[in-house]
Amino acid sequence: MADSKSNQFDRRDFLKGAAAGAAALAATPEPAAAAPTQAQPPAVALPSAQARVAETQPVPLDIQALVEDHPGSDFMVDVLKHLGFEYVAANPGSSFRSLHESIVNYGGNKAPELLTCCHEESSAFMACGYAKVEGKPMAIMAHSTVGLQHASIGVYEAFGAGVPVFIILGNTIDAADRRPGVEWSHSAQDAASMVRDYTKWDDLPISLTHFAESAVRGYKIAMTPPMGPVVLVADSHLQEAGVEEHGPLRMPRLTLARPPAADSGAVAELAKLLVAAENPVLLGGQAIRTPEGMRLLIELAETLQAPVSGGKFPSRHPLRQGGGAIRNADLVVGLDVPDFWGTVNTYLDQHVRRVQSNTRPGVKLVSLTSGDLYLKSNYQNFQRYTEVDMAIAADPEATLPSLLEAVKRLVTPDRQRAFAERGKRIAAASAQALEQARTAATFGWNESPISVPRLTAELWNAIKDHDWANVGGVGGGPLWNIDKHYQTIDGGGVSAEGGDLPTAVGAALAHRKHGRLAVSIQKDGDFMYAPGALWTAAHHRIPFLSVMHNNRCYHQEVMHIQRMANRHQRGITNAGIGNRLDDPNIDFAAMARAMGVHGEGPITNPNDLGPAIRRAVDVVLKGEPALVDVVSQPR
Amino acid sequence: MKGITSFALALAAAFVVATAILAAQNPGAAPAAANAQAAPKGSAENGKKVFSSYGCYECHGYAAQGGGAGPRLAPRPIAFTAFSKYVRLPTGQMPPYTSKVVSDQELADIFAFLSSIPAAPAANTIPILTR
Repeated sequence: MADSKSNQFDRRDFLKGAAAGAAALAATPEPAAAAPTQAQPPAVALPSAQARVAETQPVPLDIQALVEDHPGSDFMVDVLKHLGFEYVAANPGSSFRSLHESIVNYGGNKAPELLTCCHEESSAFMACGYAKVEGKPMAIMAHSTVGLQHASIGVYEAFGAGVPVFIILGNTIDAADRRPGVEWSHSAQDAASMVRDYTKWDDLPISLTHFAESAVRGYKIAMTPPMGPVVLVADSHLQEAGVEEHGPLRMPRLTLARPPAADSGAVAELAKLLVAAENPVLLGGQAIRTPEGMRLLIELAETLQAPVSGGKFPSRHPLRQGGGAIRNADLVVGLDVPDFWGTVNTYLDQHVRRVQSNTRPGVKLVSLTSGDLYLKSNYQNFQRYTEVDMAIAADPEATLPSLLEAVKRLVTPDRQRAFAERGKRIAAASAQALEQARTAATFGWNESPISVPRLTAELWNAIKDHDWANVGGVGGGPLWNIDKHYQTIDGGGVSAEGGDLPTAVGAALAHRKHGRLAVSIQKDGDFMYAPGALWTAAHHRIPFLSVMHNNRCYHQEVMHIQRMANRHQRGITNAGIGNRLDDPNIDFAAMARAMGVHGEGPITNPNDLGPAIRRAVDVVLKGEPALVDVVSQPR
Repeated sequence: MKGITSFALALAAAFVVATAILAAQNPGAAPAAANAQAAPKGSAENGKKVFSSYGCYECHGYAAQGGGAGPRLAPRPIAFTAFSKYVRLPTGQMPPYTSKVVSDQELADIFAFLSSIPAAPAANTIPILTR
């Protein structure tokens, strides 16, 4: 905190004085309007009686009643800098006006830099995307009521995806301190309650010392697996009053909690199961956060010559397998799998619902997840209870080093030979699967609307020689060579529509300083929720390529209505009503151009797609966002 | 803490399921000519219209090429009897199409359309698929 002049002044006393003055002014009768003495009005309007009083009366209080050199929000910025925030995303709001001003002036709008968002939902989703790449939170600011209501779906996404987001809510807790009107409707007595079911922790600090401690505590909680969003209410009086009100201030030290690793007994038991199994399968889930985590998972898989299905594991590694690998497994180890039950079972969505097991009888199931350490009850995103043979409540990435060592100690030459044979079979199956994927892409290759495999193949062809990263939306498909942990951010989440675009922008922002080429296959329906995020990308020069998967419909929902219509035997020709996004068709390229973004399309001829994508990639490589609108098949 | 799978993962999972269904539905993929002989006479032109208006393309694609939500149906569809049986009484995720929704003649027309779809180009003739 910079030096502050001595400015001991009680803001509440000032407000009382100001209120008395205003009451006096209000009581002053307004003179009747004088009758015009000439037809032409005066060149300059005469000031009203109230304005004359305001301008000619002596200032009732010391100038210190009108200014504050060092508001509490300056100290809040110090806290944000202390915690290492690079960005604060916000749609501007008066309830955090002092903090906003402190960020851009006192803090120099650098670390954190303010990101201008057109919707609080975009702020929250951008923070999700950023955290998925950078591994640490972005801060967002919002009104405690209307702002948080807008942001709430993005907060729920952060909770479901297990990513840290730091939410600051502007609020005025003291009713006597609120301006009439808007400030009342933008205040709540328990602002965080609305999102408490899907945040890890929240607090309402009533002093700056309290703010600093709760900010550091909140950051630590957000970053402890299972990670998640936290909320800190920044009271407007706390923001706007001088720091002197709070006496000496200090910055608490941040010490992040070490992620919980499994105990040695559980590790030994799991290692024994893995080495003894004839057909073990590792489910990658959401386990991997870092390059070191990916390296460890690869080493574990290679040591065991065991297949890995899902998660952050190189897509062309010989041990990479699809979901079908579990059918013959005698041991399935789920590493932070969001829906373990739904992975080992198939639920048939027919009128009489049925469950089919995807595994063979006698299979052993082991879960290794920090999700067992933290659960809330109201929102049901935790999925169905899985009957496992062994549940290890721990962070998989933190457990991998000891698990790998334990496995290595148990491998005998006999087992090593068996592993080698198994590895050959898996590698052959993986190579065959890749060839099958290539062949599958040929069907419908020249169709219009353009097939999804053609779209993904053309995009892959344009990015494969760059340091690329997929920043969400539709996945690249089986033909993309994914070999770095940051190249995908999929998984988890709560399937909230409207989040793909702002998530992509936030993730692309995180990739920017690394010079990576960020690309996204964007769903048209999702885009229409909050397209303003594209303007944010243009405004802040966030380079990324958005390829619009424009099937002109909410096709997932059409399929649901189709299912119901078939079940009710009424015919399905009306299934598009309420779901189609045509008549008129949306011109996404024009929308992009209107927001200052390079826009091309709609592309309907598959032969035009490759050149359009290459032109857009050139724009992105120069540091700007770009969008290519592709009229595509439903799936 | 963790939520349900993302669209992309669902897509990948559906691809696996779709592949399995395709394998189950399309064992040995009988030659198109043999299939056509076993099928009732149908109009490929009307079948193409019905395939679109009845929403078959939603999961299987406009050219029946398959996708994230449904397996490939053409070229070289499975035998008509197996095709018809699965459409009427599906054993997987596909919704049932009873005769109230799709008539027998329309089913024959759809099958004629599927049988008319030409072979795809070989993967090794498409440069960007070989990289």
